[in-house]
Amino acid sequence: MQQIFNFIFKNSNRILFLLLLSISLALTVQSHSFHRSKIISSANFLSGGVYEKLNSFDEYLNLKTENEALAQENALLRNALFKIEDTATVKQIDSVKGVKPTDIIVSKVIRNSYNVYENYLTLNSGAKDGVKPDMGVVNSLGIVGIIENTSTNYSTVISILNKRSQINAKIKKSNHFGSLNWNGKSTGFVQLTDLPRLAMIKIGDTIVTGGQSVIFPENINIGTISKIYRDKQTNFYTLDVKLFNDMTNLGHVYIIKRKDRQEIINLEKREKDE
Amino acid sequence: MNSTLLVNILRFILLLALQIIVFNNMNFLGYISPFPYILFIILYPVNGNKAGLIAASFAMGIIMDLFSNSGGTHATASLMLAYLRPYLFKFAFGLSYEYQTIRLNDVLTPQRFTFILLSVIIHHFTLFLLEAFQLSFLLDTLITTLLSTLFTILICIIIIYLIKPNKR
Repeated sequence: MQQIFNFIFKNSNRILFLLLLSISLALTVQSHSFHRSKIISSANFLSGGVYEKLNSFDEYLNLKTENEALAQENALLRNALFKIEDTATVKQIDSVKGVKPTDIIVSKVIRNSYNVYENYLTLNSGAKDGVKPDMGVVNSLGIVGIIENTSTNYSTVISILNKRSQINAKIKKSNHFGSLNWNGKSTGFVQLTDLPRLAMIKIGDTIVTGGQSVIFPENINIGTISKIYRDKQTNFYTLDVKLFNDMTNLGHVYIIKRKDRQEIINLEKREKDE
Repeated sequence: MNSTLLVNILRFILLLALQIIVFNNMNFLGYISPFPYILFIILYPVNGNKAGLIAASFAMGIIMDLFSNSGGTHATASLMLAYLRPYLFKFAFGLSYEYQTIRLNDVLTPQRFTFILLSVIIHHFTLFLLEAFQLSFLLDTLITTLLSTLFTILICIIIIYLIKPNKR
């Protein structure tokens, strides 16, 4: 017994080190392997609060560009509104789900990262505003990412510039779809993989979100094709997609809440069970 | 409460704040960022409490992870550095380092530079390796380690010279 105590006292530093090392390694491995189960994330009152304070200073520097972006978006929406006002295309109101299939929550990026392989954003709205994990985040130019963690007042977003992000996307004019990944190289480009060779594509074609995703509605802009790689072994293309969004400069974003999401998931689950 | 403890607590808080507010926003060429917060571990007193250093490094790393969404990578890297520090002292200053009075925040000698260089390399290599978490990114990891090490060392030396207590 005495010897055991002696051993512990003698090696107390080493034991402390190994204990803490195993904790931190476990946290690291956990953050790399599981989806949406991070213990250490910036959606907490401490880092969220600090980032919000810092952002309130930052905001003033970007007021002009932010205003311009908003004005442009307004013009776009006004334009779309005039087109809809044609009486022949009056939409029938869906009495079950209400008028709109989606809800929009306005939010602001208070922390943006783009220099590592797994990038996350922090937003200043959380569970209190109705944000839940797995909602899509977009801005006026295109998609931004998917909500991963939420706390009462803040939430974290897996950016599309994250090795673990995978989003269903398609060619705008042909409906061939593939999945959108990031190879960790450049902040301006993402990769569209698993696109069938049958698809007729050329450089400059627009890529939008696909209808298979239960997170994003269809036809939200992503980017344009800038490079085409043909894989000799398989029958798929890999494309470099130039993003419409400048991911290094994000201000206000919109969180998309799809009302039919749960219904689709339940249906697919039932199909799998049978 | 002696003054060494107070100085270290102050250093802990100040370096963390500086890292989060200023240096985390520095991205040279998009991916090279400095991490001068490890100066806390480097400048910790040579004969100070080792268990205290290990625990403090872990706390520092975890706070960094909290702010940068990186799981436990900063915590692991800081722990590695804190644990290997005595061996680095032995390597840089010779076997009898414990009997000398080593002052790191003083004029830069080759020994001091070797020590800071090795510390930064160990910390950064662990950090970037765990951040990539894939051996196929090894080359990128090595390049990022090299470039970030240069950046961090530059800033560390500037900070050391700035806060050097001038007794003369």
